[in-house]
Formats: sequence, structure tokens, C-alpha cells
Amino acid sequence: MEKDNKPRKELIVSAIENGTVIDHIPTQSVFQVIRILNLDQAGQQILFGTNLDSSKYGKKGIIKVNNKYFEPIEINKIALVAPTATLIVIKDYQVVEKKKVEIPDTIREFVKCVNPNCITNVENVPTKFKVIDKEESKLKCNYCEKITEKKNMAFK
Amino acid sequence: MKNRSLISIDDIKKEDYINVLDTAETFEKNPVQKILDGKVVATLFFEPSTRTRLSFESAVNYLGGKVIGFSDASSSSVKKGESLKDTILTVANYSDLIVMRHPREGSARYASEVSSKPIINAGDGANQHPTQCLLDLYSIRKTQGKLDNLDIVFVGDLKYGRTVHSLVIAMTNFNCRFHLVSPLELKLPSSVKMHIKEKKLEYYQYTDLSEAIPKADIIYMTRIQRERFSDPIEYEKVKNSYVLNKSLLTEAKPNMKILHPLPRVNEIDEDVDTLPQAYYFQQAQNGLYVRQALLKLILGV
Repeated sequence: MEKDNKPRKELIVSAIENGTVIDHIPTQSVFQVIRILNLDQAGQQILFGTNLDSSKYGKKGIIKVNNKYFEPIEINKIALVAPTATLIVIKDYQVVEKKKVEIPDTIREFVKCVNPNCITNVENVPTKFKVIDKEESKLKCNYCEKITEKKNMAFK
Repeated sequence: MKNRSLISIDDIKKEDYINVLDTAETFEKNPVQKILDGKVVATLFFEPSTRTRLSFESAVNYLGGKVIGFSDASSSSVKKGESLKDTILTVANYSDLIVMRHPREGSARYASEVSSKPIINAGDGANQHPTQCLLDLYSIRKTQGKLDNLDIVFVGDLKYGRTVHSLVIAMTNFNCRFHLVSPLELKLPSSVKMHIKEKKLEYYQYTDLSEAIPKADIIYMTRIQRERFSDPIEYEKVKNSYVLNKSLLTEAKPNMKILHPLPRVNEIDEDVDTLPQAYYFQQAQNGLYVRQALLKLILGV
């Protein structure tokens, strides 16, 4: 078939045996995703690429993590900075699960409130936000009621 | 409202507003009712606020309850480094209800999550002060006989004034027209205007106070603070433009009343105090009745 003659762009970053591939990350968010997931501290083999060609988004980033499967709370973290990302679970070189990341209705603990005078930034109180705009990633603090936006979002 | 905390004006439904105001009316007629006999109310003021604290304590006293608490953090265990959570958990053991004022935004919501007793927020930083909003509503209803279909003029610092934000949001339940008078630097934030737009109500913005006065059923005055301006020259330019005086009020409607959350500095000239439109001191007195009503409804007595 003609399709098979085309170079497979995904193979620029080599395949993994077991683990997770995070695909379709906006190129500007790749390093942020690495930091948020603490992958810079991880012991696993990690491959990543950025500014790769994507038929869907023009350019994209990709991260492949060997021998790691993500918990839902970690997936949520990715969704905030990379809402287009796809999670691909690989076992024995085979794709066993493929899913889009989703921004949940509430975000707990890992995002900092933008308001320096918020009780969560002063005392040992875990943060809690209501997601009021999923497209723009706008979070309303459950406590001080201020809005934290994507551009000034920081992670605990 | 029984056993529920009162943290934010957004927590209150339209029926609750009316219930609180109607109950407050019964206390205005008869403020001394010994319905809190045997009850203890804690007033925890992590930052001082004389007016709010005294009106709460006065409300408890007229109802025959007892008050415990502190009037600033330096005389409490906070000074020794105790966390808010520990203070609340401890005081909840000694009281039936906690009234708190705290400099940090969100502190009251957090306290309500850890406390076994209901919390009334008496101000959390620049965030919420719902009892002030309720007494403003009470004053509006009392002077105008209704809450619907009124022209409300807000004057001064509409950007940072938390009482303005809460009252605007509350009044969007009642089909009012909003007239917003402020310097360009201190306009009402779009997050608050959003509430007006959602209810498809009318609002008008002005920089000139005299233009709005003839339209007003209520003028809600606030103070413009020097520290809100990054450029001191800008402050000097506008500081006297939003001062209400007798001559400005010649075109006011006869039913118009002036409200102010107090303390006033110079934004209402003292020559206004004796006019029939001046209502800000009665407004502060209404705070007593509204707080009595809240104590009754939340304690379920």
C-alpha cells in the first residue's frame, strides 16, 4: 500500500517496549509537561521530541516514558498545559490503550493559587479549584475566589 | 440556613435574602429578645475591626447570649504560631457559632471546612464580607420599600471595593439599573460586570458624579485610597472629583438615600450629614438587626 511507503514520522523518536507515550503535546508545553510530571527527576528511560511534524496540529511534541503508567491525578496535570495531548499505553511494543487527556471539573492540590494573600499560600492548606473555563484553563479558587489563568499558573 | 456557615454572598439564594431581611425587621421592632440564653458565640478577630466586632457582640448581648474571643491576633495563640485550623478546632469546642475576621482571603471558607460549628465570615481580606452586604440590602429595602426596579449609583473605588462587588452581585437578583461612577483606573472589574450581563440588566459608566445623581434612588459611596494609584499625580487629579456635598444634591430625587459602608474620611462632606438623604449612620444601626437575624436563623433558635 502507498501509505506504507511514506516515512513514519513517529519513528524519529524510537519505539518503547513498555510504558507510556504522551503524544500531541503543544510544542511550547513539552518542557513544562516534563517539569510538572517530575520527569526530570525520574529514574526511567525517557525520550522526547519537540517541533515534530503533525498532520493534525502542524507541530507537536512527544514524550515516551519507559516502564511508567500514569495515575489519573498525574494525567489531570498534563491536561492543564497540554489539553490536546493523547496518552498511549504500550505493553510489549503494542498499543493497549489510547485516550485523550481531559480537564476535570475540579483541580486539587497540585496547582498554586495566583493570589499571594490566599490562605492556601500562607498556611498548610491544599488547594482546590473549580474549572470555570476548560478551553482557556481558568480556575476559580475554592477559598479566595480569585481566578488563576493559564498564563500565570504555577504548580506545587 | 440552620447550622450552615455564611461565607460568601454567592452562597445565599434569593429566598434566603428575603428571609434574613424579614427576620431583621422583627428585631428592629423588638431588639431585646432572650433567645440565645445558654448559647456561646465566639468572635475571632485575627485583625481588628471595631465596628463589625462591636455590632456582632452587641447583637449577641441583646439576645441574651455570651461572647468569647479576641479582638486582634496579638492577644491570641496565633502569635505563638498556632495554625488557623488548630485555633478553629479548639474554639469550636467552646462555642455554638464562630464569627471570624481574618486578613487572608479564603480563610473563612477553610475554617468552615474544618469546623464542627457554623462560621460567619466577618471579612476575609479583600474577598467577602457577606453581613455588610445583607445590611446594605436591608437599608435599601427599608428606605425604598422594595428591592426591585431601582436605580443604584455606585461611586468611588469600584475596582477594589469589596462591599461594592458583593452588593452589585446581590442586586442583580432584583432587576435594578446600575450607574457606575469612578475614575478610569478604578472601574468595576469585568468579572463583576459579567454578573450584570448574565442577567441582561442595564449598566452605565460615568467619570462625572454630578451626571449620575439625578437618576439615583440610592447612592452608594466608597472611599478612594491614595495607595490604589501607581501614579500619585493621577490621585491628586481625581481625589476631589468624587466628594459628595450639599450643592451636588440639589437635583437629587426626594426618595434618594446615601449609603456608605463606613468609615468615611472626606468623600461625604459633613454638611450632608444633616440632610434627609443622609442614611449612613442608620445603615450602621441596621447592621445590628441583620446580625441578630443571622444568629437566630443559623443557630435555629
